Amino acid sequence: MYRSQVLICGGTGCTSSGSMKIADKLEEEIKKNGLADEVKVVRTGCFGLCALGPIMIVYPEGTFYSMVKIDDVPEIVEEHLLKGRVVTRLVYDETVVADQIKSLNKTNVYKKQKRVALRNCGVINPENIEEYIAVDGYQALYKVLKEMTPDDVVKVILDSGLRGRGGGGFPTGRKWQLAKDLVKDADQKYVCCNADEGDPGAFMDRSVLEGDPHVLIEAMAIAGYAIGATQGYVYVRAEYPIAVNRLQIAIDQAREVGLLGKNIFDSGFDFDLDIRLGAGAFVCGEETALMASIEGNRGEPRPRPPFPAEKGLNGKPTVPNNVETYANIPQIILKGADWFTSMGTEKSKGTKVFALGGKINNTGLVEVPMGTTLREVVYEIGGGIPNGKQFKAAQTGGPSGGCIPAEHLDIPIDYDNLIAIGSMMGSGGLIVMDEDNCMVVIAKFFLEFTVDESCGKCTPCRIGTKRLYEMLEKITSGNATLEDIDKLEKLCYYIKNNSLCGLGQTAPNPVLSTLRYFKDEYIAHVQDKKCPAGVCTDLLQYTIIADKCKGCTACARVCPVGAISGTVKEPHVIDTAKCIKCGACMSKCKFGAIIKG
Amino acid sequence: MKTLEELMAIRNKMQSQVNLRAEDATVRVVVGMATCGIAAGARPVLTAFSDGIQEKGLKDVMVTQTGCIGLCQYEPIVEVIEPGKEKVTYIRMTAEKAAEVIEQHLIGGDVVAKYTISTELK
Amino acid sequence: MVNIKINGVDYAVEEGTTILEACRMNGIRIPTLCWLKEINAIGACRICVVEMTGARSLVASCVYPISKFDEGKNILTHSPAVLESRKTTLQLLLSNHNKKCLSCDRSGNCELQTLCRELGVDDENLFDGAKNEYEIDTSAAHMYRDNNKCINCRRCVAACEKTQGVGVIGANNRGFATEIACAFDMDLADTACVSCGQCIAVCPTGALGEKDDTDKVWAALADSTKTVVVQTAPAVRASLGEAFGFPMGTDVQGKLAAALFKLGFAHVFDTNFGADLTILEESNELLERITKGGALPMITSCSPGWIRYCEAYQPEFIPNLSSCKSPQQMTGAMLKTYWAEKNGIDPKNIVSVSVMPCTAKKFEIGRDDQAAAGVADVDISITTRELAKMIDKAGIRFAELEDAQFESPFGSGTGAAVIFGATGGVMEAALRTAVWKLTGEKNDSPIEFAEVRGVEGVKFAEYTAGGVTVKVAVVSGLANAKALLEKVKAGEVDVHFIEIMACPGGCVNGGGQIIVPADVRNFTDIRAERAKALYNLDAKNTVRKSHESEDVKRVYAEFLGEIGGHKAHELLHTTYKASGLRK
Repeated sequence: MYRSQVLICGGTGCTSSGSMKIADKLEEEIKKNGLADEVKVVRTGCFGLCALGPIMIVYPEGTFYSMVKIDDVPEIVEEHLLKGRVVTRLVYDETVVADQIKSLNKTNVYKKQKRVALRNCGVINPENIEEYIAVDGYQALYKVLKEMTPDDVVKVILDSGLRGRGGGGFPTGRKWQLAKDLVKDADQKYVCCNADEGDPGAFMDRSVLEGDPHVLIEAMAIAGYAIGATQGYVYVRAEYPIAVNRLQIAIDQAREVGLLGKNIFDSGFDFDLDIRLGAGAFVCGEETALMASIEGNRGEPRPRPPFPAEKGLNGKPTVPNNVETYANIPQIILKGADWFTSMGTEKSKGTKVFALGGKINNTGLVEVPMGTTLREVVYEIGGGIPNGKQFKAAQTGGPSGGCIPAEHLDIPIDYDNLIAIGSMMGSGGLIVMDEDNCMVVIAKFFLEFTVDESCGKCTPCRIGTKRLYEMLEKITSGNATLEDIDKLEKLCYYIKNNSLCGLGQTAPNPVLSTLRYFKDEYIAHVQDKKCPAGVCTDLLQYTIIADKCKGCTACARVCPVGAISGTVKEPHVIDTAKCIKCGACMSKCKFGAIIKG
Repeated sequence: MKTLEELMAIRNKMQSQVNLRAEDATVRVVVGMATCGIAAGARPVLTAFSDGIQEKGLKDVMVTQTGCIGLCQYEPIVEVIEPGKEKVTYIRMTAEKAAEVIEQHLIGGDVVAKYTISTELK
Repeated sequence: MVNIKINGVDYAVEEGTTILEACRMNGIRIPTLCWLKEINAIGACRICVVEMTGARSLVASCVYPISKFDEGKNILTHSPAVLESRKTTLQLLLSNHNKKCLSCDRSGNCELQTLCRELGVDDENLFDGAKNEYEIDTSAAHMYRDNNKCINCRRCVAACEKTQGVGVIGANNRGFATEIACAFDMDLADTACVSCGQCIAVCPTGALGEKDDTDKVWAALADSTKTVVVQTAPAVRASLGEAFGFPMGTDVQGKLAAALFKLGFAHVFDTNFGADLTILEESNELLERITKGGALPMITSCSPGWIRYCEAYQPEFIPNLSSCKSPQQMTGAMLKTYWAEKNGIDPKNIVSVSVMPCTAKKFEIGRDDQAAAGVADVDISITTRELAKMIDKAGIRFAELEDAQFESPFGSGTGAAVIFGATGGVMEAALRTAVWKLTGEKNDSPIEFAEVRGVEGVKFAEYTAGGVTVKVAVVSGLANAKALLEKVKAGEVDVHFIEIMACPGGCVNGGGQIIVPADVRNFTDIRAERAKALYNLDAKNTVRKSHESEDVKRVYAEFLGEIGGHKAHELLHTTYKASGLRK
């Protein structure tokens, strides 16, 4: 028996910052101090606090160490593990209140969270099926196979109100019901898991795969039982090597103990799972493209209907759900639909994981009940905007979503509210923008992504998004007219209305939502040839205010192109023709004599 | 694995391990683990407590260490802190005494008075 | 049945019908670009969008199957939103299109051009921006690919992959850089392209076309030191008229011969002669294989696309191929040997031109072992389309031409020869002669073998004559051929003789025929319409069996000697070799 356990995050973020080497060192030091029988090192999945990594939690106290370095390890072992003295300097600030160290769960970051999908992430060792079983794992599968009919299962999921967490928010139970009933006597059906997470900045699916892979296996087996499928495929991007590895380990373990394979729990139900690797095309997150890719074809969407529930993988009825959706299933089965509907809003039940990024203090993964306001997420959980800057907008839904301005900070986040304000849930990326962000540039950034990731099949997306991007470029370079803004908007609606798949249909959203809330910024670029946020270099001009300039020559010396001239102790001037607008002079000036605008 | 019993067997076996990571413990057993404590034999006491508590499946009890309390002559010292109650300090503990404390105090709710510092000081 | 409304009017349509078909059946034509019935229903171009009640966006009518969930919905086929969208789609396509319409080979029968006019595109430069620029792939003997004019409709890809089971082209790259090309951007010539030209036949724009060899013909015609002779394949007469306003399926044999004379060819012959010759050689070969033992099933060798396919993809069937040259090559061989000798012309001074419904013929003339007189049997092969261009260029008023006759000694093709142009025709022609032989060479032996006629991709028949049962199969379209050969390999199909034509429906639908826009192609069976012209010619002919051809009899008597004899073998037969899939 171990008296203490040290959990080290083995998610991609922390692994990149060396957490696995730290874990090795920790084990070495523990052994050296003769604590090997008392203290156990557990490599877990992601805790969601990626900006603080590598992170470590020491139980039973729950002491949270952040940004641990390999050289800190001997001290942690000798002081904390051996002598019980917390190494205060490494403890995460937020957990230190009035010199008292509190547990992570009591910090603002965690307090408002409600972890359902991420429940086991950062808690169990994902490479040990027994730890998953210890937290009630596979009980839901048992319950389903032994005590419920497929109809019962579908009903619970329908009643729970669970909606797809991958983008559109289609009711999961309805999807299962259609796949179960639509095609009578299908000789084969499939369950797919969409783990081709591609939204910039979103990584909740990766976290579940890395931190709790068995939940996916269990949920997919449940889905298989519900619709009558005996084979599942998990489509994971090849860029997620840790996730792929852990999932494979989990599948192997589940097979070994008979939780995958023939006659699971002696119920007569057979189910097996295989991994398919995606080569990193965003469009493969679109369900029909994903299935085309699994089939070995070019990953391109095909028209719907027919929907996958009727004709999916290999032309057979198929249920495709994303990772986060599946991660909710076993708990809904065990705790019941009522438990799940007790969280959330009228039409959006349960919780949602968000990946916080951009201009926000606590970047990382958070899971909150549906209906939590944007303000709570940004200010309470996310710790607000760094450097005391003003919140300008939050972008949700990735390249398919839109920008939400400050006026909507108090809107409860759920599927329908986000759509109503011109954005969408998407997979849960949440990028915060402050006053220094140019909204036209933001729109351009997302458009560039879509242009790159368009599969090229249909005309509106292949050529239309490219033209949209070019129009935005024309605006940010100061070459556009007001007519161009109208043309831009018209083209946006055309692409929305005419594209083949969801990727194209939503591609203009970043433009449309910024046009809706920040049209004045567009107009400023076009009419005044100014970028209000001071981002678009083509519209910027650096000038030296003669009154403030002391003639220290610092700016002239730092200018890489020799655009600044002047005599010592005399005001300097910038030759705008030569200036490349790098901003080096401005940051060098101690007297605030250089302004841009 | 074919039955619920098999599944639950694994669950029960592993649960105490995983429960260590739950932060809902209300009772804290604090073992003095400074140099003085270790020299006086705090290690086996600490192990006895953590093993015993996990064996008995006591969910809301957490075993933790602390540094020197300043009463070196009484080491190994163990404090049992329960919410809303006065802290109980056991002194000159051994693994055997630990088992008694678990049984009578942590499970039974009766302080093992003979080992407490207050008895000593009387 | 599902009750829907089209533009507010009630209709009952069968469940599963697409919106586009439902509209067409009820008199409304919805424009399309990428849609090809059965092989390319991908909803990619978005020209055929319509508005539909309850739909979040416009709906691509070509791929939307009407189901019971659509009961009562209204479909708008030409609302302002629809028309505006279609126009924008065209303008976007134009923004990445080389708009050199005036010099484009397809000007006048370009589907993109037609749609722009129909849908009122008023500003072809509205969305101009960055453009992809591509080198033109001219590596193959038979065609070019100019992706600067490609609109990514993928019809060529579907023809190559679905119709032909070849699949040497596909989409490369993604997004704006998406390009239809060979894997790894290989040159077409370096792939196992079979040269069938079906991709060209379905291309809506000038992105794909045959290699234009008409300049070579003009130059030869102008060279007084050369004797320029021409032969023309059976299927050409069934399609050429379409280029001059005749309805599909009009037989223009007489005008064709007249036009060739007008163009200045010294002698105008009919490939039908070579077809009759083929029958004598091939049926002889078949009966020998059946009676004396040989690789069976024997497979026809008239279609150079099929030969190329066999050599690249099914080399194990090479021994099964008939060793007969194709009718084009047999005619060519006889021209430069027998005819040259008879007329005292040095074969080196003969320029032998062929007009073919086929692009693979351009490849075939350069094959090994196709030079009976020591020089190429055929020098220049042009397609039906190229001939139409020459006729136009020469100012010949085709429709007004008086019918003319092909010249002797290669002018009197039999009815058996002319049906070579349709799937099953070679088989029927061979059966006419084989059954005649097996039944003791009686003149009243059967003529028509209805079981092998028709446009179906695969047909089977069995005939017993003179105590011998001959089991045959007829297949057209290489994907069908592939499926059949797999069954032969698996022992599921056991036949003596197989006719394989690379193009679906046979040569009448060859890759070199007059282009038919998808809008017609999707609703008319080109194969059946054009075949009718050939079967009518057969029915009208007084000589309908190849062995009854006086021209052929004379050639054997005067020159070749015995059927299947030594000289015939030397001049009229050829060899094949496995080519592998990559150069």
